[in-house]
Formats: sequence, C-alpha cells, structure tokens
Amino acid sequence: MSVITSLTDKDRIFTNLYGYQPWTLQAARGRGDWDNTKALLDLGQDKIIDVMKASGLRGRGGAGFPTGTKWSFMPKTPSPERPSFLVINADESEPGSCKDREIIRHDPHKLIEGALVAGFAMRARAAYIYIRGEYIREAETLFAAVQEAYDAGLVGKNACGSGYDFDVFVHRGAGAYICGEETAMIESLEGKKGQPRLKPPFPAGAGLYGCPTTVNNVESIAVAPTILRRGAEWFSSFGAENNRGTKLFQISGHVEKPCVVEEAMSIPFRELIEKHCGGIRGGWDNLLAVIPGGSSVPLVPAKDIMDAPMDFDGLKAVGSGLGTAAIIVMDKSTDVVRAISRISYFYKHESCGQCTPCREGTGWMWRVMERLRTGDAEIGEIDMLQQVTKQVEGHSICALGDAAAWPIQGLIRHFRPELERRITERKGGGLAPMQEAAE
Amino acid sequence: MPKLKVDGIEVEVPQGATVLQACEAAGKEIPRFCYHERLSIAGNCRMCLVEVKPGPPKPQASCALPAADNQEVFTTSPMVKHAREGIMEFLLINHPLDCPICDQGGECDLQDQAMAYGRGHSRFQENKRAVTEKYMGPIVKTIMTRCIQCTRCVRFAEEVSGVEEIGAIYRGENMQITSYLEEAVTSELSGNVVDLCPVGALTSKPYSFEARPWELKKTLTIDVMDAVGTNIRLDSRGRQVLRALPRVNEDVNEEWATDKTRHAVDGLVRRRLDKPYVRRDGKLVPATWDEAFAAIAEVAKTAGDSVAAVAGDIVDCETMFAAKALLKSLGSSLLEGRQTGMTYDTSSLAAVNFNTTIAGIERADAILLVGTNLRWEASLVNTRIRKAIKRGAKVWAIGPETELTYKVEWLGNDLAVLGNLPEALTEAFGKAERPAVIVGGAALKGAHGATLELARSLNLVREGWNGYNVVHFSAARMGGLMLGYAQKDGISALHDAKLSFFLGADEADFTKFAGFKVYIGHHGDRGAAAADVVLPGASYAEKSGTYVNLEGRVQRGNRAVFPPGDAREDWTILRALSERLGNVLPFDTIEELRAAMALDCPDLANEGLVIFAWNPPSLDTCAEGVMEGYPIKDFYLTNAICRASPTMQRCSAELVHGETFAEAAE
Repeated sequence: MSVITSLTDKDRIFTNLYGYQPWTLQAARGRGDWDNTKALLDLGQDKIIDVMKASGLRGRGGAGFPTGTKWSFMPKTPSPERPSFLVINADESEPGSCKDREIIRHDPHKLIEGALVAGFAMRARAAYIYIRGEYIREAETLFAAVQEAYDAGLVGKNACGSGYDFDVFVHRGAGAYICGEETAMIESLEGKKGQPRLKPPFPAGAGLYGCPTTVNNVESIAVAPTILRRGAEWFSSFGAENNRGTKLFQISGHVEKPCVVEEAMSIPFRELIEKHCGGIRGGWDNLLAVIPGGSSVPLVPAKDIMDAPMDFDGLKAVGSGLGTAAIIVMDKSTDVVRAISRISYFYKHESCGQCTPCREGTGWMWRVMERLRTGDAEIGEIDMLQQVTKQVEGHSICALGDAAAWPIQGLIRHFRPELERRITERKGGGLAPMQEAAE
Repeated sequence: MPKLKVDGIEVEVPQGATVLQACEAAGKEIPRFCYHERLSIAGNCRMCLVEVKPGPPKPQASCALPAADNQEVFTTSPMVKHAREGIMEFLLINHPLDCPICDQGGECDLQDQAMAYGRGHSRFQENKRAVTEKYMGPIVKTIMTRCIQCTRCVRFAEEVSGVEEIGAIYRGENMQITSYLEEAVTSELSGNVVDLCPVGALTSKPYSFEARPWELKKTLTIDVMDAVGTNIRLDSRGRQVLRALPRVNEDVNEEWATDKTRHAVDGLVRRRLDKPYVRRDGKLVPATWDEAFAAIAEVAKTAGDSVAAVAGDIVDCETMFAAKALLKSLGSSLLEGRQTGMTYDTSSLAAVNFNTTIAGIERADAILLVGTNLRWEASLVNTRIRKAIKRGAKVWAIGPETELTYKVEWLGNDLAVLGNLPEALTEAFGKAERPAVIVGGAALKGAHGATLELARSLNLVREGWNGYNVVHFSAARMGGLMLGYAQKDGISALHDAKLSFFLGADEADFTKFAGFKVYIGHHGDRGAAAADVVLPGASYAEKSGTYVNLEGRVQRGNRAVFPPGDAREDWTILRALSERLGNVLPFDTIEELRAAMALDCPDLANEGLVIFAWNPPSLDTCAEGVMEGYPIKDFYLTNAICRASPTMQRCSAELVHGETFAEAAE
C-alpha cells in the first residue's frame, strides 16, 4: 500500500477553485486548459479509455463506478440514426455538496474541455450539461463559457481542428433533487416529469431519446483532460489502492473554517480537518459525529471517523460511504436526532412519488422521526422505524429510497441510547418538552 | 427461448418475456397493481417483487425484469414474503378504510391482495393523507384519496385511447392523478380506466352506489352500439341491467369497450314501449295485442305482396330472418336495412366487408382511410390502428379533417383525389408488405368502385392478406346484408309498399312511406312516432340474438333480463302475427328458428369468422364528390337506446356540444 501524502499545489487539478483568477477562456488557457486539446483527441478513443482505466478514476458523483469502464460500455460504432450522448450531471443537490458549483463558476472550461474529450472517447455526438436550477449565476457563467468555446472553435463543428463534430448544450433543471438520478435526469432532459426509469435497460443501451447515453458527474469529466495530459501514473500516485486520484472535499458544519478543497484520496479525516479547516470547533473532544459523504450516507460517530481514510473503501469499512465527499461535521452542540429528522424531511419532500416504498415510506419515516425527536413515542417504535427503513431500502426503483433509509439506520445504530433517553424522560419525569438547540 | 426455474419448476418462455410472465407460465401467482398486459411497464407499485438468482441480494420487480437463461426465481421465499408485506403495508397506510362505502368493494385488487399478502394489521400511527376529488367527465367518478398511484389510467389514456389528458402532478406523497386542468377527459374510451383502476379511486359515475358485485347476475352477450361486436357482460339485478363490462376477446375488442357500450344501458329502462299501440284518429292509443294484430291483418288483406321490411341498426339476425320468412310467405322480398338511402353494390359481400379483420389491421404497414371517422364509427378499430402505427405503419386519409388520436396525412375531402394519389402514398403502398385501405360510409356512395379499383392497382389482396376494408357502424348491417336486406335501388324500392314493417328502424325517412307502417321495437323513438301500429319488442339485453360484426364475425348473445310489460321477443311477435295473416311460420322455438335460418344462410349457422370469397364486382371506377362530413354526427346518440340514456345525453351535451355542468360542492 502506498503512503498517503497530502497534496501539494503543483499537483492540483483545479487551480482556480477559489476564483482568484477569472473564469474566462483566456484565463483558463493561461492555466493550461484547452492546451493542444487536438493532441489529446489524436490519442484515439481506445487509448483515452485505456488511460482513464489505468488512472483508477472512480465516478465522483457518489457511487464510485470506474469511469473508464463506464465509457467503454458505449457502442463502438454508433449509427447516425441512433447517436450516442454524454450527459453531464451538474444537478448538484445533495445536502452538503458544493464542489460542482465551484468548478462551474470558477473553472468552467475544465468541464467543457472534459466534455469534448470524454464525448470523443465514447463516440458521442453531443454533451448535455444538466445544471441545477438554483445555480443561476453558475448557469450564466456556463452558458457564457460554452459560447466562448464555440466562438473559439473548440467545440462545435470540427472541434479543436480535430475533424470531430461535437456539440455542448447546457440545460437548466427546475430544482428537483431526484433529477440528479441519472435516468430521472434523462427523463427531465426529454421534457418529461423527472422520474427515474426502470433498469434494465441501462442508459448505455437506451438512454436519452432511446440512444446510448453515459451520465457522468461534473468532477469526473473535468479531471479527464488533466489526467490525459499528466498521465495515468501521476493520477494513480495519489490515494490508496482502488481509491486513486485527487478529490474535491467539501467540509461544512462545526469546523473552524469550512471549505472546499482538493486533496489526495484516502487522506485521514483528522489530517484533512487539521490541515484545511483549522480543526473541529471546540477541539477534537467536542466532535460528536460526521456525515462523510452527503446527506444520504449514514453518519459515523466521532471515535470511528477520526482516523478513517477518506475514500470509498475506508468509509465503507466504518459503515458509511464517501458519496460526493460532502463532509458534514457535527459537534456535541448538535441535536443529532433533529439533524437526521431534518434530513428525513428532505427525502420526504424530494421523493418523486413514482414507486410505493419511497413515496409512502419517506413520509412515514419522517413523521416517526419527528416524534422521536420530542420523545413522543414508544421504545418499540425505534425497532419499528428500523424495520420500516428496511422495508424501503432495496425495494424502490432508484437509490433515493436507500438514501432516505440509511441516515436513519445510522442514527439508530449509533445513537439508540439518545433516542431511548428522550422517550423515557418525556414519559417518566413529566418534564417539560426537550430543550432544543437554537439553529 | 430462455429456460429458467421458478420455485424449482422449469419453464421455457418466449424471448423477451418478463420474469412475471415466466412465473405465470409456471403457475405461480404474482400479485401486482401497476402491471397490465396491455399497457407499458411502469414497475412502480413494487408488489411483484421476487427473488432472482443470479442477481443483486435484493428482491427484483418481476414485471420489468427480462427472463433469462438459467435464472432461478423464488416467489415464496422469506425475502419475497417480507417484501410483499412491506409494500402492502405502505400501500395501505394512506389508503382509507372505507371499503363499506366503496363501489370497488368485492372486486377490488387491493382488498384481495391485502387479504392474500398483507400482514393483517398496520403499525402506522400517523394521520392518513386526504386528496381532493378531480373532475374527469360524466363517466368517471373520482375518490382520489383511495388512489395508490399505479398510473394505469395515465398509461391507458396515453397509449390506448391516445388522449393525453390524464396525468400525475406533484411529487412524493403529494403525487396526484388528475385530468388536464380538471376538465372532462374527451375520450370515447374513458370508461376503461374504471376497469383498470385496481382500487376504488376511479369508479363508474352512472353506476355509483347502484349495486354490489355479488348481487348481480352476469350474462355474457354481444354489444350492439357499433358494428365492432364488442364482447360484453351485462350485470343485472332483477329486471334491470345495471352495467355493461367488456369481456376479453383478442380478435374483437381485446378487453376494452367504448363509453357508449358501457353506459347506454341506463337507456334500457327509459322511453320503453311496454304495450301495443294502434293509431286511431291520428293518435297512437294503447291497444291489446289482439287489436293490434287485427289492424295489421286488415291491411294485409288488401296489400297482397306489396309488403316491405326495414331492418333497424341494432336488430339481431333472428328478427330479420323471421321478418324475411314472413314476407316470403306473403310473396314479397322487399327487404332493406340501409335506412339512410345507401345503394352500394352488395353482389359480393367481400367488397363491403372488413376483410383484414380487426386484429389483422394491427399488422398493416400502410393504411389509407377513405371517408371514415374511425374514432366514432369503430373506436376499437381505431385503437388497433394506433397499435399499427406503433409498429411503424403510416396513415393517409381522405375526408374532412378530424382528430383521430394519431398522426394522419390528410389528402383533402374531395374523392377525386383517389384517381390521382400523391406519389409518396403510392410509393409507400408499393413497398408495403401489408397495405390496407379502409372505406367508410361517407365514401361508399361516390367511391366504392374507385376504391375497389385501388384494391387492384395497389395490389391490396395478396397471398395471406386482404387489405380491402369497408367500415360499417350498425350492428345489424353485415347480418342484414347476409340475409338479403338490400335492394338494388336501396330503400326507395320500398317506399310504395302498402304494408311496411320497421324492425327497430328509427333512422329512415318515414314521410316517404305512403303505406301502412308497423313498428316492432323497444323504444318510443322516431319509428314508433311515425307508425300506425306499434308492437313492443325486446332490446338486445332482453333476447338471445345473433350478430355479425363488421369483419363478418358471427357472434351470439344471451338474454340478460326480460322485456318490460307486454313487450315480447321480436321473432315471437312475427311468429304470432304470421298465424293471424294465415301462413304460420315454421318455427316455434329459437332453436327451430336458428335451424331454419341456417338453411337459408349457412354462414349464420355457427359462431366464428365468415370468410367471403374475394370476387369484387366491376363498378364504375370514377370517384367523385366532396365529402362534407361523416355519417355520425353525434357519437353518443346513434340509436334509440343511447338517445333514451341520460348518461349518453349528458356525454353528448358535454363532450360533443361543449356544455359545462356545474358540480355541487360537497
């Protein structure tokens, strides 16, 4: 196993993450984007996919599927009647997640160049960038950046002089979380109600308008040109085995300096927080729990997370997941039950309503969570809630059902005494309702 | 042909079959709400979950999972049992427990499956969701709190009826099914969503709170509202038919029925003729059977062989045959059924038949409609054309433009275009393997010969395929033509008869008939008003009858209830009358009548599709005339039963004439 060292500035992919320089094409070129992109395309489709496979890049949208392998599923000879499409998921709606936003507003040309390279590699006719509706300024920037790229001949007919025709379209969503699910996004792009499709068929077989489609996260696409320029070995020199590369971590919550930062994968949690966030508010003893990958993964209590490596496998080992690497840190001032109940409300609100377990289950779970928050429940209802989460998990069409169930399962697994305390206190002492933390 | 194991039973299913179908092939029942064989797969109710190996360690929706070789499916494992119990519990947490006041009670999928697969109790302590009612028109009543969001109705509206006016709004647990802007669904097939709804969210408005399913006598019979011959089941209690439901017949109606088929039945108890009438001093007055027969016998004495019979649009073959036999005994063969004066050639029935067959038209790959508004003339043929289009067929049409629910290339309403068809059409028909032309009533007058010429020039009739079709919209038409109810000059040949029998005929121009008019029928409509003697007969629900549909399919229906008052089955009236006229008809029972009819017309002897030999007559091939409209002006009011039906009147007012009806607030 390689030694995990933290990232130095020379190895950062996103060199304008904080917007110290303009986002424009001229400035992006100064940072090395669009530098002889034709040469990247000249590698040929197979070579590009081989490099991506060798780099060990795993999808940055949450599921962590190897990106190069995903691209290789696309047909090798698309027919003109049934062209292939690349859809780029910029519908970043996971609570805690805010990396794609930084990329789009400060470094959009990385994304557009990545779209061309990725689209070329999978023999796609066009890329659709589906951007979250609430990202108004970001969408303005992206529209302008795409126009710049067209004007400079970088995309469109004969993109970058490579002889390959490739269009990039930007599509604004309307703010539904579910449209971040790949097939719901395809439905939404087609102008329908954003509801996930049944799989199979998978998008690589029949996706947008029934044509072969690959849906990738913004970050996965944006890092591709740099990987091709600097080589698979360079990228895979970061992170642990099977969790290679650099990653944008988004740390929010009870740390001294919340931030979005590019770091090497597998960096230990403690090091990440100390180096970039100025430590936990009130010191490490004050840490209660961490949600390490956006709202849909189970929380991890302080003792388990402190020295865990921040990567797919390391967090799986502590019963959670890397997700989008949106790290929500909660110190001991947090009403953890209320926090999870609020997350339950989010999933109840964002369930698309298509399939039964999620439509009915999310509302039920939230209502029980609300009662557990105030202690207005029976002890037995904790087990019932656990069973209900199990009835939702794995029974729905898409992963939203799972995402709604996991935070509650994590809470029951790690904080059951707290739930029981609230119930017995409310019942026993005839005390006034629980004091709640101010927001 | 994948081979797989279901609960240890090895089955082989066709390529493309789903795991659910494989389970059914193995004899395993899979509960489901959203899945329906005739609709696209939604996979949203999750009730059909089964355990599949190899596969992920979670249950799979069997309705959407393709069956594959070497799969092992488990339908009774603990994982599946828990999954079903969980889904059932979820479905019930927001479903009201109002079964005692729900019209679906007793025939409710949710009720049945809750009994079979549910836990029997609920752990849900919170409040249930309530949803406001939606307005879907005069046929469909909504109690949306009961909805389980299976979206069958949405898929039916979009895929089968082609009227995209039902959809889902909002999301999550607030998702609601509604019609577009909460206005009436403008589909002539809207009643089918009531059958499709697995719960009591969409129920039949005219039938609401009428009966419980277990109180009803169910009679299998044939519908007469159009010439499709929809197979139906009449549900009756006592002497009243309360509702009509479609039966499954893949060759005819699949499992659909039009709103007219379903809801005209409330016309069966209104405006009925329940005693004989005789016209005295210009007014119809009630009479006894004896007096009525005496009045007819008086005229018959002097009429000699100047006797005619006009068949109505919804009479059965038995009635027509009895009248034919009666006329024959009087020395006449003045029979006609085409009341509106059509005179098309009937020397070869294949030239006026829907030869492709209703099920066959699905397979057509190029279709030309000539003067037919199929949506109103044969709605369930129209749905088949929608299926043909889904398979890649292209459709052209000649006639006044109308909304047929699919994409049509309109070629104008001048029949002359038949002599000069656009190149795109002839090219497509040239390439087509199964081309079809469908000729409607509006074109039969001016273009019968021209379309038959088209059948030759476009090579519509070939080995294993006959693409020449004529659409009729009267249930009695094909049977009448087979029994000889057609004169060369049409109905005008009958105008001078001294004695005319009208067999439920209400559409003829009665002023042209100079002689004595006898009306034998069941409703006090135009025919009875014009008659000199009225003899009360039985409607289609009150007699066992033979009907031939537009493709030449002989079907028999059964009697559901008895006719009201003094009314009798029509053939028995004619039989009794024959005794008074001196020549007793040689049959005393319906079986004897049918035997005699079989001798007269062997094709009517047995149920099933009659194949008419293709030898079209040589007619004038010149097509001329501009079609100003289609024969059916109001889909909901085409016969005496519909016109007496309050539901059909309401549908007509609201859906055809655009009247709005304010609903009382609840």
